[in-house]
Order: sequence, then C-alpha cells, then structure tokens
Amino acid sequence: MEVNSLSVIVAGSGGAGAISTGSLLLEAAGLSGWYAYMTRSVGAQIRGGEAAAQLRVSCGPAASHEDHFHILLALDWKNVGRFAAEMPLTQDSLIIGDPEQGDVPPEIAASGAQQALLPMKQMCQAIAGGRPNMVAMGALAGLLSLPRQVVDAVLEKQFGHKGEKVLAASRAAVNAGLDAVCSLPEMPRLARPRRSAETRWILTGNQATGLGALRGGVRFVAGYPITPATEVLEWMAPALDKVGGTLVQAEDELAAINQIIGASYGGTPSLTATAGPGLSLMTESIGLAVASETPIVVVDVMRGGPSTGIPAKSEQADLNIALYGLHGDAPHLVLAPNSVPDCLFATQWAVHLAESLQTVALVLSDQALGQARSVVDKPADSIFPTRRLTAAASAVDKYQRYALTDTGISPMAIPGTPGCQYTADGLEHNEASLPSSLAADHQQQLDKRERKLALHDYGVSWADVEGEGDIAIITWGSCTGAAREAARRWRDEGRSLRLISLRLLAPVQPEKLASALSGVWRALVVEQTHSGQFQRYLRAHYTLPAQLECLNRPGPLPIRSNEILARLAKWK
Amino acid sequence: MLSSLTNALAYLQLPPEQVALVSGIGCSSRIPAYTNVYGFHGVHGRALPVATGLKLARPDLTVLVAGGDGDGFSIGGNHFLHACRRNVDLTYIIMDNQVYGMTKGQASPTTAPDWKGSELTPEGTGVNSFQPLVIALAAGANFIARCFSGEPANLAEILVQAIQHPGFSVVQVLSPCVTFRPEQRQWKNLVRMAPEGLGTDIQAATQRLMDDDGLTIGQVLYKGNRPPYRSRKGCEKKMSELEMEFAL
Repeated sequence: MEVNSLSVIVAGSGGAGAISTGSLLLEAAGLSGWYAYMTRSVGAQIRGGEAAAQLRVSCGPAASHEDHFHILLALDWKNVGRFAAEMPLTQDSLIIGDPEQGDVPPEIAASGAQQALLPMKQMCQAIAGGRPNMVAMGALAGLLSLPRQVVDAVLEKQFGHKGEKVLAASRAAVNAGLDAVCSLPEMPRLARPRRSAETRWILTGNQATGLGALRGGVRFVAGYPITPATEVLEWMAPALDKVGGTLVQAEDELAAINQIIGASYGGTPSLTATAGPGLSLMTESIGLAVASETPIVVVDVMRGGPSTGIPAKSEQADLNIALYGLHGDAPHLVLAPNSVPDCLFATQWAVHLAESLQTVALVLSDQALGQARSVVDKPADSIFPTRRLTAAASAVDKYQRYALTDTGISPMAIPGTPGCQYTADGLEHNEASLPSSLAADHQQQLDKRERKLALHDYGVSWADVEGEGDIAIITWGSCTGAAREAARRWRDEGRSLRLISLRLLAPVQPEKLASALSGVWRALVVEQTHSGQFQRYLRAHYTLPAQLECLNRPGPLPIRSNEILARLAKWK
Repeated sequence: MLSSLTNALAYLQLPPEQVALVSGIGCSSRIPAYTNVYGFHGVHGRALPVATGLKLARPDLTVLVAGGDGDGFSIGGNHFLHACRRNVDLTYIIMDNQVYGMTKGQASPTTAPDWKGSELTPEGTGVNSFQPLVIALAAGANFIARCFSGEPANLAEILVQAIQHPGFSVVQVLSPCVTFRPEQRQWKNLVRMAPEGLGTDIQAATQRLMDDDGLTIGQVLYKGNRPPYRSRKGCEKKMSELEMEFAL
C-alpha cells in the first residue's frame, strides 16, 4: 500500500536521544524531497522525564498531525506510558521496542497495534561508541524509505565535526538499523515526493518568529528565559549580533519589557518574547507602552495555564489576558500566526504595525507552533514600506508629541532631535505631553489611541479565508493546521466548506468577518482552550451565523482533523 | 535638586536633546517634566530598565535616572541590584526622604524601624532600614556618593562627576519631605561633609559605609574602574546571509 503521509513517534526518557533522532529524520526527509512536520512532547524534567518526537513525513506541506501514528518506536519505556493519550495508535500501527527495555506499557499496548522487537542496545554492543537511538534512526529511515546516501549526508553534517570515530560509530549504528528493517513487519510505503523547484527551509516556529522580527527591523531584544519562548531569544542572540543589534538577558520580565520600551523610545524597533506567566508580569508596562505610544512587540508563546500550568505543552488560553489583560482602556494589537512559516510573516507584520501605529503588538504564538520543526517552502519576502512617523527638528515650544491628528498618529521625536524635547508619559497627558487629569484631555487621548488602530487598513492579512460554501470553520493559531486539513478532507469528498483563520485578533474587524461569512448559516469555532475563550470573544464582538458551535479542548492534546470532521459530519 | 541637576548639565555643556532623564513613579519621579531634556516618566519601580534599554540602544545619549527611595529600593529593588551588577553607563539619582510622600506618608525601605508616623504602621515597621549605598557597593556599583539637597553646589559638583564616570553611578540625595517628615528640616544641621574624598579601596569603603549613620555627604565614597557594559558592535551582515542556515 502506498500512502501520501507517514507518521512516526520516537519516544524515550529525556536524554535518550528521541528528539535528536526525530530532528535528523526530519532533515533527511526534507533533503529527500518530502515535506515534514515534527512536534515534541517533553515532561517538565530536563533529564529522566519523558520525551517524544512526533514526526509526520508527507508529499505535500503538513502543518498538523494525522489522526493516528503509523509507527511508535521507543528507545526505552520509562514514563512513555504517560504519553499514551498524545500518541493515538490503531491496530494498523506498529510498536517497536527493545526487548531489553521490557514490555510495552499496558496503556500503549491497549491500542491493539502490532508489536515488533528491535534489540537496539544489543546491536550497539558490537559497535564502539554506537548509540541505540542511531539504530532507531536507521530502522525508521528504512521504514520511511529515506535514501541511504541522504541519511549518510545528514549524519556527516551532524557528527562530522566531532571526528571520524564518532561519525563512524553513528554510521555503523544507523546501518545496523537499516539492515534490521527486513526483520520488521511491512508498513505502508510512503509515496515518492514530487520534486519541486522551490527552495525548502527547515525551521521551528520560534526561529521563524525571530527571523520575522529581524525582517521587520527589530534591532533590540530583551528577555527573560521561559519555556517555550526561550528559543526565540536563543535564535535571536547571535543573529542580532550579525545584523548589528543587541539582545539583553534581563533580570526578570518586568525589566525585559521596560528595557524594550526604553530602547524603542530611543528609536530602535524592539521586541521581547515570553510565555504566560511572563506576560502576566509584563501587562502593567504593556499599558505604559500603549499610553506613551511607544511601539513594541511582545511575543507570547503560549503554554498550558493558569499559573505555571504545563510549561512544555501547548494551549491557546492566554487569549483573554492578551486581549483584556491591561488596565484602563488600552487599545493594542493582538496578532496570531497560524503555521510555522506564518510565525515569520505575522511577526514581521506585527513589527510593521507596532512601528506604524506607535503602539503595542502582541503576537500570540504557542508551544505547538513555536517548538514545531518543519520542512516548508521558503517563505516569501514581504515588504512593508511604512515605518515610524518621526518628527524633524523644530522650534522650541512648537513640538507637540501627542498632537491630535486625523489619523491619530502623531510624529514622534526621537531623543537627539533638537528642539523637540518632551517627556513621554504613562500618566494621562495633553497634546504637549504634560500630565493632565482634565476630562477633555483624557477623552481626546483615549479617542486618539483608539482611532489610530480603528482607522488603519489592515488589508487582506487580517485572516486567511479559503474555500466556499454555506458552512464554515472559524479558528486561529495552531489549530489552523488541523482545521485546514479537515477542510481539505471534507472537500476531497466533494463537499464545500469555508475556512476562516483570524490572524488579526484585535482590533476587531466586524465588516471583514461579516463579508467572509456571507452566506454561511452554520459555523464551527475550533480552539484549544477549556472555556471557549475565542468563541466568547467572537460572540461579543461579531455578528455570527445563528448556528454556532464550538469545538474546544484544553491542551496539551492537539485538536486533530478527524475530530473536526466528526463534528461537521453530525450536521448533515 | 532640580537646580543642581540643571547646573551640572550646564557645566557639562550637554545639548538638551542629547540628554534623557528617565523616572518611575513618586514625587521625585516627576522631575523629567520640569526639565528641557528628553524625558520618560514610566511606571512604578521600572525607571532603571527603561534607562538601560535606552542607553544600550542609544549609547550616544547621556542617560540619567531619577527616583525616590520607594521606587528604587522597594518595588524596583531587584532592578537596583542588577543595575549595579550590570554597570551600564547611567547616573542614578535617588532622592531619599525616607517616606512615601505621594501616597501621603507611609514608611519606605529607608525609614527607621521605630518611626510611628504612618497609619499603616502605627507601631513602626520594626524592620531594619535598607542601606542603599552598602548594598550598591556589594552589588558591584562603581561610583557611590551621598549628597544633601540643601547643599546644591556640592550636589551639582558630585553630579558632574557621576555623569562623567563611565559606568553605573549611584548618587543618594538626602531630600527632606517637609510635608510628611517635618523633622527632616533638622537634616541641614545634622549632615556633615565626609572627612575624606575619593576612595578606590573597596574594603575601606565598605567599612566606612557600614559604620556610617547615613548623614555624611558631599564626597564620592567609592569609585572603581570596572569597564561598563556596552552593547556589542555587531557586524552588519545581510539578512539573506543569516537566512542561509534554514535552507535545506
């Protein structure tokens, strides 16, 4: 049997090499011409916890997992049973374990999948420096039909610099795994990819976010490490160095957000990246940036909440705090990327909007997007021409920082500009930036800050709208991958469906959504929250089809396309 | 305080547009609005991070930070420690009146433990007072001075030195709050000039600061020469070069 997509899990205890094996397979699949998508699931511990690389190799672009996995290979079974819910298997799946590591845990065996043994540890005994995860790499490469020379090239790239001994050991272990494939049950064969002329990239959502920020012009970053946002900062640190920017590891999130406000006040587009608890700490100062009209970009890579929640796993439940977390009436932008490559576009757009509108753009990524490593077509170059409206040198006493303009955008004097000295303020102020508690000044400045966001034309990027028909899926963020796949499968059966994935969550775009929903009588909202935050937000601000249902579930289990299809099927 | 600051800036002949004065919240934090330099009046306790970001992004500017004892040592205490450690070229002026004036007279970190003047702590705080200069020294600050707002010429002189010092400089300015601590009017009789000037010996400075009653003023009490933290001047590579790492 030939399939267009094969899904594999490599699991084991933290440190056993599951994630790195998955990454090597991903790269080999990409080099062989397939697309690939890999998420990772890890426990809270750094070592000794559980870790799994969930990999999908496919002929076309993939941004979500299939309904189930074809192969589960466990380097060992320690704690892997905890993952059972995250790794759906069927009777057609194959579980591969090492006989030395004991029996398949009952939660996993319950799937009824067929089982096979691969003595990875024993096979390594004859190979000096050989590691079981490299045997696994070989076996999986064989089952995925990855060409040997590509696997070899990936090994060379990964281990070549560690010396001939290490490389030879890896090669020998991988070859042992490849040779052992004939002893394993036959699996569906992955169809050959169609060679495309497009350049392919391999990157994570967090890297794409960092790159989007740099493309947007960000040259100052401050941050405090937090899972799963740290990789945005880690990628940006050396990258900023190369393009002439600065990254500071701040003492805490409060420092990070205020450092970027200071840098941006000085004229440098600035960004911080954090996750839920960090966002909570930053909210007061995000309001300061709104009030003082200092452009900044805040990336929140969401994880399970509330409180410290489930740090290493995904959820979309920071939506409420992103939209409503600031005190006072503080209009700001909230954007959400909906795929790994879209992390690049959405962040670049966020920088452009923050700078153009002199406000805060909050980017809601999540763990599933941020830590997903993916083989994608090279993202297109996007060009956003407008930049911050700055003030030129002017006569003393004439410059008004917060002048009331039709657009709501006032020219911003950057320190160093003679004759325009002013004090930026989080206190309510008048046009000249003098603190004011007058009702009229408050009203005018609130109007101005609201107006500049409301009047801006956000163009077609506010959402991805695809397909036609009188029923629709409305979704956002990482759920879009599964929703898109559901829509494709639905259409493959000759039925029509509209998919609307909102990229601009705030300010609201009622007319645009109304137009996108024109003729739709029934819609399904898909989101990864416990309380249906997105659905509630839509209901509060938009006119929606009378028949509206919500498919919502908290993290960490991703919503899958078959669940969405099952809900749609009930509508017939 | 304001006149000392403007005199210091005038003495240094800094063009007003090349100076930025950053503050947090409190009576003393209103000072940027009374000057003709660029100012940033932020939220409570976060003046130092704003100034840090500004200076690192714009090393060409002279960046000053102003605030009070509550803003700097209570809500902003962590930033104070790390600003001393990090040693960015900033001048931090802390107007210390040992009281929260803006919220009508509560105890601050530098208030004596037996002060019973606040309705919040009618029996006194019972908590040892924060020793800003000792802590600054321990945290790594390289320029430490204490002045009195009632000695404006001396204050201006110290501010000049603090601004000229490369790296983080801390100037504690005893600034009486005659509204909520009228007894501080006596400070003009109690303060005394420190017997000796510049010290570069950290052990001697520590000893001197530990033994001090908090009323010696007028001198740079410690001056070290640790190099300031600067943003690295990176090379200007093209984005396309950077993006090569993602290509398969």
